[in-house]
Amino acid sequence: MLDRKITPSIEEAVHFDLQLKNCDRFTLDNKVPVYAMNAGAQDVVMVEWVFDAGNWYDKQPMVAATTNFLIKNGTTTKTAYQINDFFEFHGAYLNRSCYNETASLTLHCLSKHLETLLPVVCEIIETSIFPEQELGIYIQNQKQRLSVNLQKCDFIANRLIDEYLFGINHPYGTYSNAEDYDALNIDVIKAFYKQYYLNGCCKIFVAGKMPTGYEAMLNKAFGTLPLQAVPHAVVEHPVVTASQKKVEIINDENGVQGAIRMARPFPNRHHPDFQKAHVLNTLFGGFFGSRLMSNIREDKGYTYGIHSYFQNHVHASAWMISTEAGRDVCAATIAEVIKEMAILRNEPVDQQELDLVRNYMIGSLLGDLDGPFQLIGRWKSYVLNGLDENYFYKSIETIKSVTPQELQSLANTYLQPDDFYELVVI
Amino acid sequence: MYVLSQSILTIMIQFDRFVLDNGLRVLVHEDPSTPMAVVNVMYDVGARDEDPAQTGFAHLFEHLMFGGSINIKDYDEPLQRAGGENNAYTTNDLTNYYCQLPAQNIETAFWLESDRMLSLAFGEKSLATQRKVVCEEFKEHYINKPYGDVWHKMRSLAYTVHPYRWMTIGAALAHVEDAKIDDVKNFFFKHYRPVNAILVVAGNVKLEQVKRLAEKWFGPIEMGTKYERQLPIEPTQKEARKLVVEANVPLDAFVKTWHMDARLSPGYYAADLLTEILGGGAASRLYQTLVKEKQYFSSIDCYHFGSLDAGLVAVDGKLVKGVSMETAVQAVDEEIEKLKASKIEAKELEKVINRTESVIAFEDMSVMSRASSIALYELLGDASMMNTEFQKYQAITIDSIHDYANKIFANNNSNTLLYHAQS
Repeated sequence: MLDRKITPSIEEAVHFDLQLKNCDRFTLDNKVPVYAMNAGAQDVVMVEWVFDAGNWYDKQPMVAATTNFLIKNGTTTKTAYQINDFFEFHGAYLNRSCYNETASLTLHCLSKHLETLLPVVCEIIETSIFPEQELGIYIQNQKQRLSVNLQKCDFIANRLIDEYLFGINHPYGTYSNAEDYDALNIDVIKAFYKQYYLNGCCKIFVAGKMPTGYEAMLNKAFGTLPLQAVPHAVVEHPVVTASQKKVEIINDENGVQGAIRMARPFPNRHHPDFQKAHVLNTLFGGFFGSRLMSNIREDKGYTYGIHSYFQNHVHASAWMISTEAGRDVCAATIAEVIKEMAILRNEPVDQQELDLVRNYMIGSLLGDLDGPFQLIGRWKSYVLNGLDENYFYKSIETIKSVTPQELQSLANTYLQPDDFYELVVI
Repeated sequence: MYVLSQSILTIMIQFDRFVLDNGLRVLVHEDPSTPMAVVNVMYDVGARDEDPAQTGFAHLFEHLMFGGSINIKDYDEPLQRAGGENNAYTTNDLTNYYCQLPAQNIETAFWLESDRMLSLAFGEKSLATQRKVVCEEFKEHYINKPYGDVWHKMRSLAYTVHPYRWMTIGAALAHVEDAKIDDVKNFFFKHYRPVNAILVVAGNVKLEQVKRLAEKWFGPIEMGTKYERQLPIEPTQKEARKLVVEANVPLDAFVKTWHMDARLSPGYYAADLLTEILGGGAASRLYQTLVKEKQYFSSIDCYHFGSLDAGLVAVDGKLVKGVSMETAVQAVDEEIEKLKASKIEAKELEKVINRTESVIAFEDMSVMSRASSIALYELLGDASMMNTEFQKYQAITIDSIHDYANKIFANNNSNTLLYHAQS
């Protein structure tokens, strides 16, 4: 007779020997580095051009983001429509994203079309023209989108908490206003493009089932562009934190939920506490079985979800707790978060719970290493943060060996409610 | 034309299928290239199977499936201990549960999934909490958000009798708030039986191993009664419907829908390609004409939901401030009329077929997504249809697109929602 009360035996994930598949590296004729993960069963590839062109380099708000958005809206020989139609005809996606330090162009396509598509990406990087009319449409539509977003409590909360942590003039703390869009002009955009894309510092990441000779294809298309492998001159941005720690804002009188953000400054990945704190964070609010989820969603039913995480910045991070809770239970939710911090400070984590978190983290890491796109994503993160595979192995070692005492001591250092900003936007 | 037959071979998904004595259909997809295993259980029940007085139940139920089963107090904890992760979703048509874990520990997933198919714990506390959690989900996505109620309104405008007239979250908060434990039990034993379920196991697994584990864990569960779906058929719409609302939003918005064919009809594939022609990407017709050239809309999309019963094609956009609703609506109608009046160019058909080929290839990258596709096609009647899907798109011609556009884009088949910003 089958006894369903008995748990099947498992192989503890902490005993797995995880290996990070190495990526191939080579440089183009102009010294631009390429990182490649040539693997996978499906005939698809991804190529990402990462430029040091994030809003870190803004001298005026929204210039980096706008340049990134408009870069594929017209070249010397093609209109925005022709460019879009060309990629769409081949079932390809050319997306662009602007982050804090970097901005990128990303191509996803079937392997068989890569050789046809690369020269047009090159044309975009080399001869983008930024038509005035495209800027006008962009400004109009962005302002409209902003007006919709400004009605959402979570959107407001995300902006303000960043401002409290870093200051409105810091790239991590700044956010868009309608006036910033109105102040944009095409010459500033063109100048930014010239400095940070055409003559910019670029790294290329490729993954998937690469067609034979892809190295030569990349070199032919991009190896003669005036791109740089050396970083731009260092730009410093002073962090200016807010003095008021607790803020409550009514954005919508009729709102039925409040967006809660609690956050404190936290060092970046190079700090010796970072990886251990990552384990503590997982335990605290980093997965479905975390203490915050178990208590505030699964026991109290105050929210659909509550999470804690470290902001993904290069220079400095922040430890964030984020949720949308019923309007009448916002205060109770904050009280429970503070209570959970106190428990972590006052009591060492039970060995069984810690073992669960270790296994979960390793198992989830194993899943994250599955597939070429996931693998190159991890390598990209290491490269852009000035890390290497040692970070990976050290991180696994930390997950396996961190002790309850170390976690409690970290909680006492970092999970002090007085150090956290506490924001509710209704 | 591009020669596409070569790619079809490479995207063939291999699987084996067997049926347990209790009617549970089991499909196995071996992929030794991954260290992971996926266990996917799809139940043939969605929001369309709900009582109109108790909507939102299929979805609330999905939450309760994590509140403990008859022999296992907590679903998540043992799975996380085994290095696994899981989630679930409910649609108007079906409910799907999936977990991924290191392949060595696959038996943990069999143990967990079979116990909750055997019976839930039906705890009052779990019901009380999840009612609240779902109410917060309802607020977060549909009330406390500008335009959050658009699809509530559109569904009840477009459907008069078919249960697609409500959303999976439910027609009203009260329906979720009023759910009782007896309702939960009845729902469970009606729908969550082996005979109404499909189990897909994929990844680094072997057929024989899955056979043994499926027999061991799911074999002893009572079959249950096959649920025979008898839904009211939505009558053919005889005249255009229109709803005008005013809300506290910054911009006027516009949504228009037309009834399209069910998932297995040939018309479905034509409808899918029509949405690509109109709204798939920045070079699509609506975006290029109405956002870029005329600048009447700041955003516009065309899509459908992949519904299994007859669904809706939707055009959905936000107007540029200062543009009148009349002007915008008329401009959309003109684009629709162009599709009805003139046939599309061969190149445009080729483009949307290429895009479809690409979407299928990218979807097939993850073993999790392959597992849920296998389950979906099995639910539709035959898992092997997933390997002939692309051929059905290739069979679409310029003429069939043209005929289908004329069939569905008739005025009397349309539903228009004019969503005005309060002045």
